[in-house]
Amino acid sequence: MNVTAYDPAIDAPAHHHGIYDYDSGPPVERGKFAIWLFLATEIMFFTGLIGVYIVLRSGSAEWPDPMERLAVDITALNTFILITSSWLMVRSLFSAQQGDQAGVLKWLGATIIGGAIFVGIQVYEYMELIDHGSLPNVDIFWSTFYAMTGFHGLHVVVGVLWLCAAWVKAARGGYTARNYLGLELAGLYWHFVDLVWVLLFTIVYLF
Amino acid sequence: MSSPTTRELPLGIDDPGTVHVTHEHHELGFIRKYIFSTDHKVIGIQFMFTGLLFLVLGGLMAMAIRWQLAWPWTEMPAVLGFLFPETGRVVSPEAYTMLFTMHGTIMIFFVIIPLLTGAYGNFLIPLQTGAPDMAFPKLNMLGYWFMVPAAFCAIAGFFTEGGAAAAGWTAYPPLSTIESAAPGSLSGQTWWLLALTFVGVSSMMGAVNYVTTIVKMRAPGMTLMRMPLSIWGLFIAALLQLFALPVLTAASIMQLLDRTLHTGFFTPTNLIVNNVGAETVGAAAGGQPLLWQHLFWFYSHPAVYIMVVPAMGFASDIIATHARKPIFGYKPMVYSMAGIAGLGFIVWGHHMFTSGMNPMVGMTFMVSTIMIALPSAVKVFNWLGTLWDSRIRFTTPMLFALGFVSMFIIGGLSGIWMASTPVDIYIHDTYIVVSHFHYVVFAGSVFAIFAAIYHWFPKMFGRVMNETLGKFHFVGTFIFTNCVFYMMHQIGIAGLMRRTADPYSYETYQHLQPLNEVISISAFLLFAWQAFFVVNFFHSLFFGKRVGRNPWNASSLEWDAPSPPGHGNFDKELTVYRGPYEYGSPEVEEDFLPQTRKLETKQTV
Repeated sequence: MNVTAYDPAIDAPAHHHGIYDYDSGPPVERGKFAIWLFLATEIMFFTGLIGVYIVLRSGSAEWPDPMERLAVDITALNTFILITSSWLMVRSLFSAQQGDQAGVLKWLGATIIGGAIFVGIQVYEYMELIDHGSLPNVDIFWSTFYAMTGFHGLHVVVGVLWLCAAWVKAARGGYTARNYLGLELAGLYWHFVDLVWVLLFTIVYLF
Repeated sequence: MSSPTTRELPLGIDDPGTVHVTHEHHELGFIRKYIFSTDHKVIGIQFMFTGLLFLVLGGLMAMAIRWQLAWPWTEMPAVLGFLFPETGRVVSPEAYTMLFTMHGTIMIFFVIIPLLTGAYGNFLIPLQTGAPDMAFPKLNMLGYWFMVPAAFCAIAGFFTEGGAAAAGWTAYPPLSTIESAAPGSLSGQTWWLLALTFVGVSSMMGAVNYVTTIVKMRAPGMTLMRMPLSIWGLFIAALLQLFALPVLTAASIMQLLDRTLHTGFFTPTNLIVNNVGAETVGAAAGGQPLLWQHLFWFYSHPAVYIMVVPAMGFASDIIATHARKPIFGYKPMVYSMAGIAGLGFIVWGHHMFTSGMNPMVGMTFMVSTIMIALPSAVKVFNWLGTLWDSRIRFTTPMLFALGFVSMFIIGGLSGIWMASTPVDIYIHDTYIVVSHFHYVVFAGSVFAIFAAIYHWFPKMFGRVMNETLGKFHFVGTFIFTNCVFYMMHQIGIAGLMRRTADPYSYETYQHLQPLNEVISISAFLLFAWQAFFVVNFFHSLFFGKRVGRNPWNASSLEWDAPSPPGHGNFDKELTVYRGPYEYGSPEVEEDFLPQTRKLETKQTV
């Protein structure tokens, strides 16, 4: 803890709007700091859902084998697509850091397509399940399944919309090699959504 | 903390760096300036008015509850009666459960939390840390406007079939999830859950904003250990909200799904409520009602500290200012607040001692709960240490802050005692509990809110509130508060149950009715006495004595800004040289030394 007096001559050379430009915190942009706080709340939200799943499942006398009820193969493919889209997102941010606008649009576009395919396959899965009468009110397995994958799906939809907004901004030249924060924030959220899915896929489908 | 450095303009989402600090005020239209404002001060004042309005509403509900407890099944007088036109101005048992449910919900989610973190969090954080505004002003505005659908949903419940939610503010299933359980569980409970979700989103937005602002936007020289304790309290409360609230949001969404899609999270197998089997109406089963209690209290116990830690901060600021003495033990005050908040996460089970749990788990919760007494005692000791040998100015804010400290001691002591599992098993759901949490939340937090209103009113509106009326307000409020809540200890130890519309239908409790009458009359006087505050508030708003920047001769940063501060807050460059409580410093002739004043000899703290 540095407790010596602040000396503007040393610490803040003359500037017009000192109190605006001054940054007291760790060397990370405000936006990025805030998105990490937001992701912390998201972690707690999914912790709530996953915790409920664990408690209900371990407290149940019998729990159906998810392999028998769920299409694990198609969802494994879906998981692969989502993880790939995370890699595409990294490429997109890398292009932005290089100042390569065409690259940003290309890789970001591919990320969006990956996310959209994921949502599409999940909607298809839901429709098939509903066709077979597997509704959330049938039993506790389906209740937890729809709550967990549904809320994750909503997050993917929000993420795709966010990436689309970032794509439009990129198309208008909104990101430069010096300023690509908006893209980075969207990317952080996207990686978080992917990471949550890896957990959910493991817990809900595989175990 | 590393030494302060200048950096390029931080690239935030809503970067206020383009706003100019100097005297150029670009005038905004009425709507942008007062209604859809992004200015933290206006948003704070909006939260304050909304909170005070709901305080009246929640207070009226309390009055109806008190009328029923003193004179059950009789016609209610005046405005209370209008609440129940269809039953001939008499409360029905169903309406009584709605009253206490919505009283608790409104007071917690629409009064105390919005007044502390919404109103004063918004108003004070930039002013006391030397920031021009919040880190994300538009998000801040959105946070306030999310309270509007929340308030709509909370009130809409009253106008639906079956009326508002009636499962207590704790909304335990199956009472809250099964429609046949209570009239309020028809659709009132769904509105209640929606209201809670909106409040949660609003609070989450606020908390992200507060933490970012406090961490990233403090003025040069404002190190963490030079922040006023109000800021520490608000900072810690915001962290509590960030980590605890999403769990409640997840839980209330699951309860919402249980009610709308008939999922089975909280519905056990073979449940029959009022001769209706849950599974026969097409609901899934196999869930656990106890799970809701765990999730609910995982948030709602930390929420208790969200409601008291900022209040402790305000009281510390106000006591130091009006006692003209530096706060005794600044760092222990910070660490004890952090300790209370940290322990607050691992004590939720003490609400569930009678719900059934492994005795070993119960004992763990008991020990962790009792441990909260340690940091709380540090705080009380330090407040008393601050007052010791000081030159107290008995102004209205000081009186309310002293009221806060003295009554927080009573509420805190009963808290330690009832944390003990064997005691709790006897007193669970009696008026002892009601007395305990009203001592903390009403006599504690609300007194601190009154102190804050009187103390920062000059900064908010440029006028000071009337001292004579303020003192009248304090004396009556203090006396009647104790008359109401102290005697609840007695009726509680006699076994009187809470949440019972007519306890006198049990012969055992009939002798307690006279005491309840005394409590109710005191409660009506307490409510009526607030007229002193209302008159004072509105009169001072328009005709109060105009004051300058620093009417209390306080040394913290907000008193360097004009009263009221303009857009962008400060009209000069700020550099902070010392902590916020430099009263009676031997280095200057006055008895206070502002944080921003540069002395010839280089001063260190």
